[in-house]
Amino acid sequence: MSEPRTAQSLGLIACHPCGAVWQGATEGAACGRCGSPLHRRKPDSLNRTWALLAAAYLMYLPANLLPVMVTSNLLNTKQDTILSGVIYFWVTGAWGLATVVFVASFLVPLFKLGALTTLAWMAQRHSANNRADRARLYRIVEVIGRWSMLDVFVVALLAGLVRIQGLAEVTAGLGIAAFATVVVLTMLASLSFDPRLTWDDAQPLSTENPLHHPPHEPT
Amino acid sequence: MQLVPHAILCEGCDAVYPRTRLQPGETARCSRCGTELERYQGDAHQRMLPLVLAGLLMFAVANLFPIVSIMIGGQSSDTTLVGAVAALTDEGMGGVATLVLATTLLFPLLQLLVLLYLLLPQPRQLRKNRPLGFAMLVRMLQMLQPWGMVEVFLLGVLVAIVKLTSSAEVIAGPALGAFVALTVLLTAILSFPPRNFWHLAFDAPPSRP
Repeated sequence: MSEPRTAQSLGLIACHPCGAVWQGATEGAACGRCGSPLHRRKPDSLNRTWALLAAAYLMYLPANLLPVMVTSNLLNTKQDTILSGVIYFWVTGAWGLATVVFVASFLVPLFKLGALTTLAWMAQRHSANNRADRARLYRIVEVIGRWSMLDVFVVALLAGLVRIQGLAEVTAGLGIAAFATVVVLTMLASLSFDPRLTWDDAQPLSTENPLHHPPHEPT
Repeated sequence: MQLVPHAILCEGCDAVYPRTRLQPGETARCSRCGTELERYQGDAHQRMLPLVLAGLLMFAVANLFPIVSIMIGGQSSDTTLVGAVAALTDEGMGGVATLVLATTLLFPLLQLLVLLYLLLPQPRQLRKNRPLGFAMLVRMLQMLQPWGMVEVFLLGVLVAIVKLTSSAEVIAGPALGAFVALTVLLTAILSFPPRNFWHLAFDAPPSRP
């Protein structure tokens, strides 16, 4: 399989919002079709990604250590962190649910932080290793990011629903605010990262201009 | 600067491809990094309007009625989505309340309303005159896409219900079914990439050279 030519090498820029492809446009010029500024790469991609990741790592500790939910009834008051909720499900025999919450609330944010750190680090070092795997990793991160919001919605719903004075009350704990912040920050970090950085300076590319040839069949 | 028609650039790795006419059900992927370049849309936009209208209807039901109610010791309590947001606000969780409100209510509603506005004129006429604010609204759809989370909220509702079944009697409210329907409708509606509005407005279907 021959390597495709890149837009960078042919002097092409695509408009992100409308998809128009321009020849000979300068960085930052307005797209002639929709007026958005044209960029070869997401501006300041790595700096933004690192900054957002650092903030997310910082919030990850309180998100997991502080209670996300406070349950009180006639007899006692119980404070739950993300993991104590999972453990409760597990010991009461709700293994499926324990697994869903553990994956969405604990593993996914951790996996995203690790994956984005790896991607940004390797892009920064212009690493040529496992480019295809890194591209796949980025697509996975993009797809699963939103599902970490699960716990935020569970706590919101329980806080709104369980409000029977004296008998049973659920209130949101500070941990959920930290947790929501982690989810938003990692989503912003993955949106800031430009996957094209993984492939920049990949060698060698064919010297033919693909636009001068009959198109190949799509797969 | 010159427009290069019939070129597609891969957003995952910057590779350049000529645009091809896709057959129904086909998706073009980058041969180098696997990122999706384009998928066959055909006349999907012509079937979108009824879906958007149904979505708005379900949206109203989902937000006006209680999602679930519980019975504990002879007392009952229920909540709507807005009720949950209000409860968070009362507890001093304004930021989290705003986030929940935006991702489950404001953003999906905005997406549906913008789509309604863009789809109401026959898409055939998009070539002649685009509705006011076209560029800004398509951009808005693209920006909202990652932040509408109705399907995640639905899973959250189900987890909350299971959490409660051990300590209370849980009764599903009318909004629960509406949320299920809304999730299905939104999945179908949002599989239409906003960028295609530009294709509808500008591009003749790519022809084979």
